[in-house]
Amino acid sequence: MSDVNVIAGAGRDGASGTGTAVAGGADDAIILDHVSVTFHERGKDIEAVRDVSLTVARGEVYGIVGFSGAGKSTLVRTINLLERPTSGRVLIDGRDVTQSRGSRLRDLRKRIGFIFQGFNLITNVTVRENIEFALKAGGWPKSERQDRIKELLHLVGLETKLDSYPSSLSGGQKQRVSIARALANKPEILLCDEATSALDLETTEEILALLKRINRELGITIVFITHQLDVAKAVFDHVAVMEEGRIVEQGATFDVFAEPRHDTTRALVERYLGVAIPPQLVTSLPSGIIVELRYKGDDALEPLISRVAREHDVSIDVLHANVEYFGAQAIGTLLVLVSGPDSAVPEALDTLRSRVFGFRKLDRKALAAGGGSGSERKA
Amino acid sequence: MDSTLQILQDNLGKALLDTAYMVVIATVIGVVLGTLIALLLYVTENRLFTPNATVNTVVGFIVNAIRSLPFLILMVVLIPLVQLLIGDPYTPTGGAISLSIAAVPFFARVAESAFSEVDPGLLEAAVSTGATIPQIIVGAVFPQALPSFIRGVVLTVISLIGYSAMVGTIGAGGIGDMAIQYGYNRYETGVLVIIVVILIVLVQVIQWVGDWLARSVTH
Repeated sequence: MSDVNVIAGAGRDGASGTGTAVAGGADDAIILDHVSVTFHERGKDIEAVRDVSLTVARGEVYGIVGFSGAGKSTLVRTINLLERPTSGRVLIDGRDVTQSRGSRLRDLRKRIGFIFQGFNLITNVTVRENIEFALKAGGWPKSERQDRIKELLHLVGLETKLDSYPSSLSGGQKQRVSIARALANKPEILLCDEATSALDLETTEEILALLKRINRELGITIVFITHQLDVAKAVFDHVAVMEEGRIVEQGATFDVFAEPRHDTTRALVERYLGVAIPPQLVTSLPSGIIVELRYKGDDALEPLISRVAREHDVSIDVLHANVEYFGAQAIGTLLVLVSGPDSAVPEALDTLRSRVFGFRKLDRKALAAGGGSGSERKA
Repeated sequence: MDSTLQILQDNLGKALLDTAYMVVIATVIGVVLGTLIALLLYVTENRLFTPNATVNTVVGFIVNAIRSLPFLILMVVLIPLVQLLIGDPYTPTGGAISLSIAAVPFFARVAESAFSEVDPGLLEAAVSTGATIPQIIVGAVFPQALPSFIRGVVLTVISLIGYSAMVGTIGAGGIGDMAIQYGYNRYETGVLVIIVVILIVLVQVIQWVGDWLARSVTH
């Protein structure tokens, strides 16, 4: 990275969640206003969520990413008050619901669906009864429940599993049932807590496609927490990055991941975008400097590299290239070896640095030892 | 041999009926009241329902207090109470009352542990639908806890058969009474052997039926 603090001005609500003024607009489905959650465990105070403010617009998919233990699960649970904030306010549709109790709290929860990593179905009853449980909670008359159950199962593509028990379903099918259950009472908001983290790659894509369709066709606002950047880049409109209970960065998904400003975001992005070269290959490379370049998809880098090589009379070899799409936009990562006369190489590097938004010299020794360039990239 | 057969013919039927009477009454009362107490403990303990440390501690203390008495002692302690209630404590009904009072806290703990085994994630999902506590107990907790609950009922019935022999020895009748009176006091080894065999078969059958039921509600 060229600078520690890139001021991109791209983040909505400014650079960070904390301290942001909260003004409830008509299009805001959810507002968290300086929310903190502190647990008391064995005489100790554990601050799971610290002074988080964020705004989720109606109809968008809002993501919260972070490493495990960052407080994401606790934060998302404050939205339907499974966790009540120790301080701060939760506003749904502009109304402060923080102190709701009894029937008002239950009515609120009927408007907010929740799906979980572990599906959390009642395993000893059928798919039909699992969904009927939510319909009874929502006060649906008996005569209308069966039609509604069929309608919901049709929506998630599981019509044939009406009388199956959850144990006979695959992970993806179980999550579809839990989506049907979450949508039973026609909620305006759907909360997803690591909803795809227990699923394989293909099933994850199917579930994400389903959630996207629900978001688009039913206009349901989705708040999705995950540690998987695959999920983030595929469906999030806006994203917040969480660490140690705080939101350290938030904004439009592409902007946050293309130009991460906080170390945690950078670490997440590195883990995901970082290119790795086998350590044994590093030792066999000719002398020269290894550089990681990051560019946005609309910049064409090939001509730049050949021009720089020609102008400065150095040789630039591409060791590894990778392009990841965030929605319609792409972020490319290129690992190059720059070699040539001692006087020419620094100038060539300067030119490269000025033309890309991500520039990082890598340490050969660290690379050869197997570390350094985000070599933990997921399979 | 003649006298053994004679004794069995004259007494076994009534003894078995008396035992069944005591055990069935105590099981029904124990399961019904025990379940209600278990639910009270469960909803006052769990933060997703109505946590109430005071109620939980007081009820828990009473349950533990009764459970800390060995049944033999509880039975003796209860004699005056039973006398007050029905007049003659040395009858199957008197035995049934003592057994019921032992069964309630016993089953309360058994049922509470069956409820506590229900996955907290499932409770979060149930609470998130906006369901009321009774709806969650009936629609989610109970079906999920049912296999453990059934095994708990079996455990209780078998324990009560054992305890019923004790109330038998102080004169409440039943199969325990018969074993002591004839097998022990009158050296009728044959009677004792037959009763032992009956008890073994009975307990096996109850366990077998219970396991089958528990399996049939597990999916």
